[in-house]
Amino acid sequence: MIIDLFEKTRKSSQYIQKQKKPSAEHVTITCKGCGKEWTAQQYGKNSYVCPNCGAHGRIRCRTRLKLTLDAGSFQELFADIKTADPLNFPGYAEKIAKLREKSGQEDAVVTGTGTIGGIPVCIGVMDSYFMMASMGSVVGEKLTCLFEYAGKHKMPVVLFTCSGGARMQEGMFSLMQMAKVSGAVAKHAQAGLLYITVLTDPTTGGVTASFAMLGDIILSEPGATVGFAGRRVIEGTIGETLPDTFQSAEFLLEHGFCDQIVPRSRMKYVLTQLLRLHQNKGR
Amino acid sequence: MAWTMKEKLDWIRSPKRPNIDDIISGVFTDFVELHGDRLYGEDKAMCGGIARLGDIPVTILGQRRGHSTQENIDDNFAMAHPEGYRKALRLAKQAEKFHRPVICIVDTPGAFCGVGAEERGQGEAIARCLYEFMQLKTPVVSIVTGEGGSGGALALAVANEVYMLTNAIYSVISPRGCASILWKDASRELEAAEALKITAQDMLGFGLIDGIVADSKLESILYRHIRTALIESLERLGEHTGEQLARMRYEKFRVYGVFEQYK
Repeated sequence: MIIDLFEKTRKSSQYIQKQKKPSAEHVTITCKGCGKEWTAQQYGKNSYVCPNCGAHGRIRCRTRLKLTLDAGSFQELFADIKTADPLNFPGYAEKIAKLREKSGQEDAVVTGTGTIGGIPVCIGVMDSYFMMASMGSVVGEKLTCLFEYAGKHKMPVVLFTCSGGARMQEGMFSLMQMAKVSGAVAKHAQAGLLYITVLTDPTTGGVTASFAMLGDIILSEPGATVGFAGRRVIEGTIGETLPDTFQSAEFLLEHGFCDQIVPRSRMKYVLTQLLRLHQNKGR
Repeated sequence: MAWTMKEKLDWIRSPKRPNIDDIISGVFTDFVELHGDRLYGEDKAMCGGIARLGDIPVTILGQRRGHSTQENIDDNFAMAHPEGYRKALRLAKQAEKFHRPVICIVDTPGAFCGVGAEERGQGEAIARCLYEFMQLKTPVVSIVTGEGGSGGALALAVANEVYMLTNAIYSVISPRGCASILWKDASRELEAAEALKITAQDMLGFGLIDGIVADSKLESILYRHIRTALIESLERLGEHTGEQLARMRYEKFRVYGVFEQYK
């Protein structure tokens, strides 16, 4: 048993070394859009957007914060809220422990404050690398706390959403987070404060069916998959293959559920503009 | 009447189980059904209207499940489209205007998953229900009478008090769906159902519902139980103002969740 534990630690540290040791030039990344290969350096320099076809790759929450906030302005909040295993669900505790070690994160969302174009905001970024950013009690609680904090300090909220939906390993506690966060959004809205949602790839299920669709302004990254039900579930029901554009950001825009599609390179600019437009209230 | 999980799942799928029409005629009087979301269309999977509970006028909302295959096809197996949720929300706001309590009778496998549902914003429709129900300045009581399936059920269960029948289930995902995602084997649904802790007894133990309404094979007795639970609930809630009810609802849901915190 103890040997087992050592085995695991050794293996995971090897994994980290493997990831880090080769210089960025030697790691190649294949674009999911056009299939072109790039070095991690080239890809990273372009904010993980393919320089050839413009396909937006998924990024980690820390990268997102770096791209969005003014340098050095991020102050993390609610980092002390950590995952529990209320149902004693088979394999859940082990899975969380492994992901914590691998990602250096506690759960699927990072929350805090910072400035965008000099304007103070409350920000939350979900991270698809952590259990596909599924929403359990921790995600729900941190976001609720963030909206309450924003209400108390009269600040706007910017959320970058992505999620596979409610986290089934926490059962009904996960489902209840949809109502809880939606309630917190409502309270924040009642105070006349701004909430901007940025939909990123992929935003689905219980997150789409709650706070992701409740922004005063809903932006989306190009090509992001956004929907309620899984594509394969729908394909299974109707017995045919759906076009690639189904449930894309462009599909959302066409059907009236998104205000604007904003490429990653312009996101900070557009957010700044929107935040500024909400700074001086009409006379 | 403690049933095994298999018995519960079989009962949930039984077409003989009382549906919303049976419950309305057994529990309420003077029912007038109201149709349409005023935006797109009418969704037969979602039933809504006004009736009397004892002598109080109430708004009733709930998914409609058929007793036969043909009825189920007409009602889309109790899986509402966005227009169904928008109709429910329209009628809930109307209830608020006339200070009528809202009674939700929840019984659905979930919101419908399909092309039209996505085109018309299933996610937005449910989100809007959660958001608006949370602020509704009138009493809201929900009762899960069979299957409480995920977000499609929760959209009608952001209530001041939530009840379940003895053998009802309330789940974040269908046990079959959970088994096929987790173990790539839908036939392990019983195992998944146990792991997900979806029974009324589990839910009461977690503090996520307010009470269990005793089921009965005799429908007249079942309806009496439901009527008593609803009338008592409305008496309790009737003591509060609309603002208080909305605040109490937020505070009720605010504490849901299990996590560790080190300060």
